[in-house]
Amino acid sequence: MSKKSERNIVTRVIAASSLGTMIEWYDFYIFGMLAKTISTEFFPEGNATAALLSTLAIFAAGFIVRPFGALVFGRLGDIFGRKSTFLLTLVLMGGSTFLIGLVPGYKTIGMAAPLIVLFLRLVQGLALGGEYGGAATYVAEHAPVHRRGYFTSWIQTTATLGLFLALGVIMLVKLNMSETAFNSEWGGWRYPFWFSILLVGVSVYIRMKMEESPLFSKLKSEGKTAKNPLKESFSHKANFKMVLLALFGAVMGQGVVWYTGQFYAQSFLETKALLNFEQSRTIMLWAILFATPFFIFFGWLSDKIGRKWIMLLGMLIAIITYRPIFSYFLEESDVSAWQQEAIVSDKVETPVKQVLPGSGDTLVTSVQTIKFTSGAGYTQQQVDTIRTASQEVINGKSVIKDKVLSLGRYWKFVALVFCLILYVTMVYGPIAAFLVELFPVRIRYTSMSLPYHIGNGVFGGLVPFIGVLLQTTFISDPLVGLWYPIAVAALCFVIGAVYLDNKIDENVND
Amino acid sequence: MNLIKKMLGIVWLLLGPAVIYFLTAGAVQNIDPSGTKDINNPVIWIIIIAIFVPIAIGLMIFGWYALKDEYKKLPHTSEDLRS
Repeated sequence: MSKKSERNIVTRVIAASSLGTMIEWYDFYIFGMLAKTISTEFFPEGNATAALLSTLAIFAAGFIVRPFGALVFGRLGDIFGRKSTFLLTLVLMGGSTFLIGLVPGYKTIGMAAPLIVLFLRLVQGLALGGEYGGAATYVAEHAPVHRRGYFTSWIQTTATLGLFLALGVIMLVKLNMSETAFNSEWGGWRYPFWFSILLVGVSVYIRMKMEESPLFSKLKSEGKTAKNPLKESFSHKANFKMVLLALFGAVMGQGVVWYTGQFYAQSFLETKALLNFEQSRTIMLWAILFATPFFIFFGWLSDKIGRKWIMLLGMLIAIITYRPIFSYFLEESDVSAWQQEAIVSDKVETPVKQVLPGSGDTLVTSVQTIKFTSGAGYTQQQVDTIRTASQEVINGKSVIKDKVLSLGRYWKFVALVFCLILYVTMVYGPIAAFLVELFPVRIRYTSMSLPYHIGNGVFGGLVPFIGVLLQTTFISDPLVGLWYPIAVAALCFVIGAVYLDNKIDENVND
Repeated sequence: MNLIKKMLGIVWLLLGPAVIYFLTAGAVQNIDPSGTKDINNPVIWIIIIAIFVPIAIGLMIFGWYALKDEYKKLPHTSEDLRS
């Protein structure tokens, strides 16, 4: 085969695999990003069963079903082939996402709504668990020696680009309609779900045209495919010890760095720094846009100098700099520091009165919007209660929200979030090639998928929950939630540094 | 280096039960049916403990392998993995 046609094939392999994986991430993220609206529509407050289903939809999909999906589809991929398996995961993911967008709300069909949504969300988790291992294996098995890191790094961009696409699509829809139109039963929040079917259709069409991985085809033609990949992966000590090493020495640390850089940061900007919706989202979008090429860079670099130290260096810098960076976010968004600037506008809105049914007490909501010369500003809201019986006024606590940063501060925030995502590119860029090289062809899909989804789904996915848990226990430190990713990354760094090998396995055909 | 790998094996062996203990203690301390936060929710704790106990056992097995010199030399070919 000529070099040109070989290059064309590899380019098509990367494009088809990356596009599909990006769409799967997009599908998975929009549910989480629209969780508030979804919970109002499908899981109404005050209904204990709906609350239980909501919890299962959020937690079980990420923590239990993803690793389970890795086992189910990993097994299928090692027995029947990579191409057909990751085609199936794509159809399942796209189909369930589209269907979530079609489920009528709780008001219309009652408990059937949360039950159907929970089922579809679990299918999403299952499909995601099967997708990544297939795509990474498929690309790596097409990649030439010495370029495996570079080629698989395109797959590594997809999780971040999926997040970027989800943020962008939701923002685009939200900015083009009123809050009420967006949140109504058949409102704009459903559009990102419907949009998915178009993306999946294109991706399925492209993937259908692809050939099976040459290494798997060879194995199949020789009758050497695994009969029971699960048993071979996890009951055979020589292989199981590598699964454990992959999890504790690389993927666990990568998972927490990934989630802290891309999810915890966004949530922190919104809930702790109290930035307004648009600024917190656009800061993430800019940072992702600037940092994404570094996935490719570090994938390429890992072909030259090995995978291990790039990943471990990313973890080490994250461990050292997380607290200073997040502390800076808090200090710079503290409005008491802004108040030295001149105020250009101080608008007090007419207080809104609302009579509470039952007690007859009146809630008085006062809103004041302050803007400074630098362009910064914030909204201050206070809700006072007037007791009907005694006419006593109980003053509520003044709350600051919707902060807008000055342009200078805004770009400093973008630069720091960029650093957080740069760490993600260091730990995540080379990891697909690293995992592929650790396991033999016949059980590769199964063996690499499980540690990947435990590291990302469980260790990474728990970053927000453990953050809240620590915050509840140690109230005085607003950055206490960061100790979880720091501790996990530190543990992973030590294990990786001591036990991992920096050698690149040139032969992945065996 | 090999001695460090073996010695650290003991740390990983002990870390597994410590993780299980802290998770169970965290659950006992925070589960509160009248609470409204995620950390008061027993279902979440059940899911987390159910998924983390096997991982903690995995860490202990990793420690045991390290102590038994299983990571002295990593395999470089699939042939090594069959041995």
